[in-house]
Amino acid sequence: MDAAVVSAKGLCKRYGDFQAVQGIDFHIKPGQCFGFLGPNGAGKTTTLRMLLGLTPLSGGTLDVFGLPVAEQARAVRARVGSVPQADNLDPDFTVRENLSVYASYFGISARDAAPRIDRLLEFAALTDRADAKTDSLSGGMQRRLTIARALINDPELVVLDEPTTGLDPQVRHLIWGRLAELRSRGTTLILTTHYMEEAERLCDELVVMDHGRILDQGAPGELVRRHVEPEVIEIRAVPDDALTRLAEQAGCRVEGLGTSLYCYTHDPAPLLSRLRERHGLTFLHRPADLEDVFLKLTGRDLREGA
Amino acid sequence: MNRWSAYWTAFSTILFKEIMRFVRIWVQTILPPAITMTLYFVIFGKLIGEQIGEMDGFKYIDFIVPGLILMSVISNSYANVVSSFYSSKFQRHVEELLIAPVPNWVILAGYVGGGVARGVSVGIVVTVVAMFFTDISVHSYGVTLLVFVVTSILFATAGFINAVYANSFDDISIVPTFVLTPLTYLGGVFYSISLLPSFWQSVSLANPVLYMINAFRYGLLGVSDIPVAAAFGLIAVFTVILVGFALRLLDRGVGIKS
Repeated sequence: MDAAVVSAKGLCKRYGDFQAVQGIDFHIKPGQCFGFLGPNGAGKTTTLRMLLGLTPLSGGTLDVFGLPVAEQARAVRARVGSVPQADNLDPDFTVRENLSVYASYFGISARDAAPRIDRLLEFAALTDRADAKTDSLSGGMQRRLTIARALINDPELVVLDEPTTGLDPQVRHLIWGRLAELRSRGTTLILTTHYMEEAERLCDELVVMDHGRILDQGAPGELVRRHVEPEVIEIRAVPDDALTRLAEQAGCRVEGLGTSLYCYTHDPAPLLSRLRERHGLTFLHRPADLEDVFLKLTGRDLREGA
Repeated sequence: MNRWSAYWTAFSTILFKEIMRFVRIWVQTILPPAITMTLYFVIFGKLIGEQIGEMDGFKYIDFIVPGLILMSVISNSYANVVSSFYSSKFQRHVEELLIAPVPNWVILAGYVGGGVARGVSVGIVVTVVAMFFTDISVHSYGVTLLVFVVTSILFATAGFINAVYANSFDDISIVPTFVLTPLTYLGGVFYSISLLPSFWQSVSLANPVLYMINAFRYGLLGVSDIPVAAAFGLIAVFTVILVGFALRLLDRGVGIKS
């Protein structure tokens, strides 16, 4: 078995009386895409910041490439790329300058950096904007540049905090493609995301976090099988007693959320036939996915800051 | 590439970035001190100064030139680092530096280097302006240049510490307004402390800016209220303390790591 790229044991972070991360354990294998899923305030970003040495640990151990982050942060950082939640590009400089400045922080000379920058501009589809100031770029372009910047040191591990949040579907798909390309080259990826589709597409393994604790861990398909019935029928109507009773009589586990009633079952046929008899009712039959797991494990209440 | 050459690459990049930042907005960074000092020379030097007569054996305008030049150096080296480092905190692009394997002393040296570059640039501009109003000659180039540079280093480092603690743009103007300006004005820019009653002379000796202005005045005019060696000793002690403190803040991640 390969040594873990990241190994956390009893990892804690406290801010005064508030426990942001409460003694979590996880291990990430080389070449894996590992995801952190959880609602706002679950402790995902704090965990990533500890991993990058940006937030000191309050307890536990955290090793990256076998090195303790707390003591050897600089040696760790030399092999890591980071895409923060909010783009932090330097607005005073152009796209190319942002990359060359960052390259120099890793001791990469201007001569060595130039061909790397050209390759990364191509990778991020930004070649034609190389001389533009970053504040003239769209949100999607800034995100791509931030990802390109994270790759300037040819990292073995890339940490991405919500890499596609707020982006349009085209950009999101472009970024997913690029991340898949990185993974296929053997780069280990760690990401946090609110998009279940993103987690399902990219992650080999993920943890679901809430209130600073890991609720469960596994491959996306494994988590779905473990926590929810395989079939879901979403009834698009304000949940009422009659609909709930109808679904329950058809052998479904029922949960209401907003203007939908979610009916989880191993056998969808009885409920589907009853619903087809009721004209004017809109419903959707689909396989269970990570979103169902996420809602089951973390609850359906609106979180502060959401 | 060996470690030192990697550090040099990182340092020179931060320094270049910092220099480009104030050069690109020279109308906001270089020009205003030139205009302010021109007004000082016209009003305090020419109009009022001619009524005052001589001070320490020099025309009043000649006497105030060193203090005015150093005042610009102090305020600009401080302002450059405090605004630049705080902005990089505010816009969060300081995190790209913190995530990269750049040692803290390289980060500090780069930012302080930028502050020194602005302090010295403004100092040169103000000196050129002064040459239109006075005909002073330099008494000691060595002392003059040394005070120029070490004062810039000291106040650039102080600006860095201010930026580390600052949580808002208001916080970066409090120290310059309520500490730096009074210390500079009471540091003997416009008068010799020998004019003060003995009690206030003793109080003035507690003001570090007094030593810098007098050392600089010695470099230009050859006169000083205090021994130049004592002035350099004090500047060196303050610089070591502030640099050590700034590095400790960076190591502990105060204001930049949560």
